[in-house]
Amino acid sequence: MELGDILLAVAIMLGKSLLLLVALLVFIAYALYADRKVWAAVQLRRGPNVVGPWGLLQSFADLLKFVLKEPVIPAPANKGMFLLAPLVMCTLSLAAWAVIPLNAGWVIADINVGILYIFAISSLGVYGVIMGGWASNSKYPFLGALRSAAQMVSYEVSIGFVIVTVLMCAGTLNLSGIVESQNTSLGILGWYWLPLFPMFVVFFISAMAETNRPPFDLPEAESELVAGYMVEYSSTPYLLFMLGEYVAIMTMCALGTIMFLGGWLSPIPFAPFTWVPGVIWFVLKASFLFILIAMVKALVPRYRYDQLMRLGWKVFLPLSLAMVVIVAGVLMATGNAPGMR
Amino acid sequence: MHLRRVVPSGFGIYRQAIGFPSGSHGHVGRGRSRGGLCLSMTVTAAFFYLFATITIASGFMVIASRNPVQSVLFLILAFVNAAGLFLMMGAEFLAMILVIVYVGAVAVLFLFVVMMLDVDFAALRQGFLQYLPFGALIGIVLLIELIFVVSAYVVDPGLMRAPAVPIPAPDVMTNTEALGQVLYTRYFYFFQTAGLILLVAMIGAIVLTLRERVGVRRQNISMQNARTQETAVQVRKVPFRQGI
Repeated sequence: MELGDILLAVAIMLGKSLLLLVALLVFIAYALYADRKVWAAVQLRRGPNVVGPWGLLQSFADLLKFVLKEPVIPAPANKGMFLLAPLVMCTLSLAAWAVIPLNAGWVIADINVGILYIFAISSLGVYGVIMGGWASNSKYPFLGALRSAAQMVSYEVSIGFVIVTVLMCAGTLNLSGIVESQNTSLGILGWYWLPLFPMFVVFFISAMAETNRPPFDLPEAESELVAGYMVEYSSTPYLLFMLGEYVAIMTMCALGTIMFLGGWLSPIPFAPFTWVPGVIWFVLKASFLFILIAMVKALVPRYRYDQLMRLGWKVFLPLSLAMVVIVAGVLMATGNAPGMR
Repeated sequence: MHLRRVVPSGFGIYRQAIGFPSGSHGHVGRGRSRGGLCLSMTVTAAFFYLFATITIASGFMVIASRNPVQSVLFLILAFVNAAGLFLMMGAEFLAMILVIVYVGAVAVLFLFVVMMLDVDFAALRQGFLQYLPFGALIGIVLLIELIFVVSAYVVDPGLMRAPAVPIPAPDVMTNTEALGQVLYTRYFYFFQTAGLILLVAMIGAIVLTLRERVGVRRQNISMQNARTQETAVQVRKVPFRQGI
């Protein structure tokens, strides 16, 4: 461990992180474009089609527009915390990508407790919301922040139980290990979406509620609430909130891919398909989940707040708790529990 | 090489400081330590002092800041840095659980309560000087007790030689697995008792705050879904110029 070795290790780490960051942000720019296009297609509109060929540069134009606008900071706001909140939101959601394996070995930090790390980071995302709503020092953002904080905290519980069932089957908390445990000769039928199908559905819906996506976008609810906790935000701080939200959605898509759709594994486990690089399968699967989420936004009307809470606490919590017990019982009975293999 | 004996866990911790890579349990480096261990020790020490300083400073700010919401946010900062310290010791599972449980759930509730309560802390501090002697007395007693406890603290030499369960090599078993094996075997009854106590506390809190109010109209979703045209729509023949 000479100084040179350490500097080299740091430089490699920084390079990898920057590469992932740039790739992720470009991917998210096009995910946003796809989101709007899907939404428009369902409503028989054209969607963004002016900036660049087929509107492909729309997201970048939006970025420029946000950055060049004047940031307005309300006079009674707590200035430091007002500016800190979007940074917290954005940084935390980007930090989750440090542990996500895009391919066998393609991961910045392959830690033992990867899935707990993602769960911890996504549970911290609520602070961006609360801080933003509180620091604005105005009634509407504050009420919006309380609503969305309650929503995010409630759905974390069911996501936690979904994670527990998956890691009971996989026997490891390492994300690469979870993908490898789905590597069977059955291909797509051996991934956890099939044996744990109810949990896949619970995860999909909870992921939308956790990231404030429609039909659970009560924090924003354009038609009723102005914009929830981000009423007072404009320009770049608002952009950071938006970006953090979309990164969180992509994180959830990636997590769903890893836990239920076999990560980088090929769906058909023989020759011509296994030659395709794993990262392509990963991106395809994550995009599939994202398109599903975009379709839900276009198709399903917004939930009412009491219905949302009922779904989280009275439907998903008992269901996922029961599934934890059932999955554990089945694993013990068939001798497949992690300690028994 | 002899350096490794003097300062164990140097290499493992250095690797965590750089970005906690795989399988590092913070135990003694796995035979890969070369020269220049002092440098990695410096990096380790730098991170330790960073986390420790922020923990202590934010702990102080919890009681010093005027705004209760800022106090809670500093408390959260202290929790997160404590999690960083856990990571440096190789207790990655504990670190993550600390963040998930305390920062992700408990502190959110704190923040909720503090934001909703309209407590004027400046007014509460009016009588501060009046109670200062009494408070100081209690503080000094606690401090003396702490000093006694810390100065008399010795690790039982027999403890190290007779571990409760054989300690597996860090290469074979992860942190989480090792904790699970101890919790669900040797300390099974304690673990279950702790769970039971939490359950009782939870039910108690729900019972204490549950209010059955009369005359509140509630929705029954299954009843709403069970409605058909026959049960929902009444067709009446209305007599002319009479109404119903």
